Amino acid sequence: MTPTFKPQTVPELADYVALGGKFEVVGSGTKRGLGRPLQPETAIDMSGFTGISLYEPEELVLEAGAGTPLSEIEKALAKNHQQLAFEPPDFSNLLGGKHKGTLGGLMACGLSGPRRIKAGAARDHILGIAGVSGRGEIFKAGGRVVKNVTGFDVAKLMVGSYGTLAALTSITVKVLPAAATQETLVFNGLSDAKAIQAMSLAMQSACEVSGAAHLPGTPSQTLFRLEGIQPSVVYRRQKLASHLKIFGASDHLDEKDSVSEWKAIRDVERLSADDARFVWKLSLTPSKAAETVARISKQLDIQYFYDWAGGLVWLGVPRSNQAYAYIIRNCLEDGHATLFRAEDDVRERIEVFQPQLLALSGLTKRVKASFDPNGVFNHGRMYKDI
Amino acid sequence: MLKMPEADSQTLKKRASIATALRRIVPGEGVIETATEMSVYESDGLTAYRQLPLVVVLPTTTAAVAKVLRYAFQNKIKVVPRGAGTSLSGGALPLADGIVLGLSKFNQILEIDYENRCARVQPGVTNLAITQAVQHKGFYYAPDPSSQIACTIGGNVAENSGGVHCLKYGLTANNILGLEMVLITGEVIRLGGKHLDSDGLDLLGVLTGSEGLLGVITEVTVRLLQKPETARVILVGFPSSEDAGNCVADIISAGIIPGGMEMMDKPAIHAVEEFVHADYPLDVEALLIIELDGPAIEVDHLIEEVSAIARKNKCSTSRTSTSEAERLLFWAGRKAAFPAVGRISPDYLCMDGTIPRKRLSEVLTGMAELSKRHGLRVANVFHAGDGNLHPLILYDANVGDELARAEEFGADILRLCVKVGGVLTGEHGVGIEKRDLMPVMFTEADLAQQQRLKCAFDDHGLLNPGKVFPTLHACAELGRMHVKAGKLPFPEVPRF
Repeated sequence: MTPTFKPQTVPELADYVALGGKFEVVGSGTKRGLGRPLQPETAIDMSGFTGISLYEPEELVLEAGAGTPLSEIEKALAKNHQQLAFEPPDFSNLLGGKHKGTLGGLMACGLSGPRRIKAGAARDHILGIAGVSGRGEIFKAGGRVVKNVTGFDVAKLMVGSYGTLAALTSITVKVLPAAATQETLVFNGLSDAKAIQAMSLAMQSACEVSGAAHLPGTPSQTLFRLEGIQPSVVYRRQKLASHLKIFGASDHLDEKDSVSEWKAIRDVERLSADDARFVWKLSLTPSKAAETVARISKQLDIQYFYDWAGGLVWLGVPRSNQAYAYIIRNCLEDGHATLFRAEDDVRERIEVFQPQLLALSGLTKRVKASFDPNGVFNHGRMYKDI
Repeated sequence: MLKMPEADSQTLKKRASIATALRRIVPGEGVIETATEMSVYESDGLTAYRQLPLVVVLPTTTAAVAKVLRYAFQNKIKVVPRGAGTSLSGGALPLADGIVLGLSKFNQILEIDYENRCARVQPGVTNLAITQAVQHKGFYYAPDPSSQIACTIGGNVAENSGGVHCLKYGLTANNILGLEMVLITGEVIRLGGKHLDSDGLDLLGVLTGSEGLLGVITEVTVRLLQKPETARVILVGFPSSEDAGNCVADIISAGIIPGGMEMMDKPAIHAVEEFVHADYPLDVEALLIIELDGPAIEVDHLIEEVSAIARKNKCSTSRTSTSEAERLLFWAGRKAAFPAVGRISPDYLCMDGTIPRKRLSEVLTGMAELSKRHGLRVANVFHAGDGNLHPLILYDANVGDELARAEEFGADILRLCVKVGGVLTGEHGVGIEKRDLMPVMFTEADLAQQQRLKCAFDDHGLLNPGKVFPTLHACAELGRMHVKAGKLPFPEVPRF
């Protein structure tokens, strides 16, 4: 078992990192299965950096230790009827974690839910960070205000860097009011291609759709979430139904059913149950999603569904040595494919993240080195040597 | 006055041969080298600073940009990228020994893709031109800096420009999906695309707001949004800025995020009213312009709610736009605030700090004291929704040391912003203007880390040097340096 070091203060962490080594940076370990597997000498347990240090609802800002459980943050926000608008998913079922994880883990993996199409991604909600670089230096970037162009946007760079650049101790995020209510408009029985068209038309409308997903099945369901104050939600739902009437009659889910449906979509529950399958996450041009999936399904037995109006495809494939990486990436015209769930040996063998062209890969290496020249943090988690 | 790095005499001597080499890459009128013609490029929106460049080159293709940069890289010549030159922070100020790489000829909208709600545009396309190209279909490009008629999308990306609708619709960084850029080595890199999340590290995020220090942007994929069904403006006057500030906080606490929420102080209101005649109330200390957008049924509801909140906070006047013409008139005053102030003063300096909103009245009080101490007037316009302050310091460059005093006053305002938990610049960029104030907000370790990131893109420091960072460190030196407890081993290193 890997020995663990649990710093209690930032200087303690900095001194430890400065001595060098091969570290795995861990919050609560719920997302250890993401990225390439590591062989660290020591795990650095970041759960000592916990607690909400600043929350000003009227300023729409919250600062917390990176090791703060998300549940704690969401509870505090809910009390003031606020939320992290990018809708952090709970992948504990999908990835086998015990709970939803920490703020640091969420940001390190850059995960966003269905509302991403309207409210932006995790990276759009980070305002500032503090932490320790791979050189063992304490640094900060960004601030606590939404409008800030002072220096490079290093805080954004941390989102989705899988802990390869720095060990974050504190994170400041923008929070937003939660909607008063929601409803979901449902079309049954659309083909994938028709659903993609319907979702595109919905997103081109002024109906402010905050979730657009298509779930294949018998019958298939195409879902559109509308959030806001009651009269506005009802108005927009009716307007959207009429706007999309060429796709047939529609039905709708009331608030309670809508909430649970979108939670299931957010958490990829459809593919969580079947442990036998590996799961891929495809980010692609929305209008190309159906044809891309059709190309893949000609070659593979797949289970899948579309979120982000087609811009996100969750794909379950049978287990195999190579997780069919070659076929899947070959079917992709643009965007990228990430192997999201598979055993360590598979994630060790193939590229978990989309391989990059030479110039970009070189730049990525240099950016990594600018924070962590000796590769002490999560070395190899994203790509070989990064 | 701020100092720039000393020009390299060897490069200055080679000026003619550099121009010849550039002509081989960009033939004809694409290379400008006479002083008269280059004078157009001698400054940007920060007009107090002027410098003729070594030579100006205006390529038309990504391949030519790559060749120019590779040539500069191989010959160790500095390069200053430039869009429309509307920067207010001196980001595009030329260097005597540097090539100005102008992107004005990259002015084509390459593709409009309604199906995927995006457009691919060249960096020299103006911000407003994007909206104009798609508005017949009800779409628009959300960030709307005041200079949107002139400023280019490439410059917007370089500065991470905002505008009055940021709180609800985000800055440039939240509204672009992809870009093509050229590194100083001439390597061409594409980041993101039409998909929502770019892969790998978020270099798209880092490039946005990098002020021309990391790469030259040659194409941008922007998000297009459908225009809200309706928008109405409520204009509310208050007997004190404190009441106005409380009103802003209460609106947000009530869960309302207005499309725009602007504040003006008395001097700004008066300057604007004389200029535009927007029928603003003149007997108030602070004016809020609050725009609510969405379906009519929602906007009507929100107008009522906001009016009630304003009354609760002791507003003395309140008017709601009843037509699109009236809505535009209400905005006309705010949008003309800078030129209106320009009419009452020979020169003005536009500052750009951001503060936590609730510290507003404290900052305004502090600013009034500073105004007395420096003996210069100040008018304030304020993006109240997101805390971004634009104090306009009035001065006359032809009178004694007024410019120097205005700069000192501005620096004091920004120090105050940082002191209350804010930042030096909300949307105008650091450029040269706020460069030497960076240590007010950042430790040596913070700045060293940012400069190391710069080295990952440009290890010879050739792209836009002298901007953003108060101290130039060679990349090799930054690599060796260890900053302990936020302090460098050599705190006495000279700042230029």
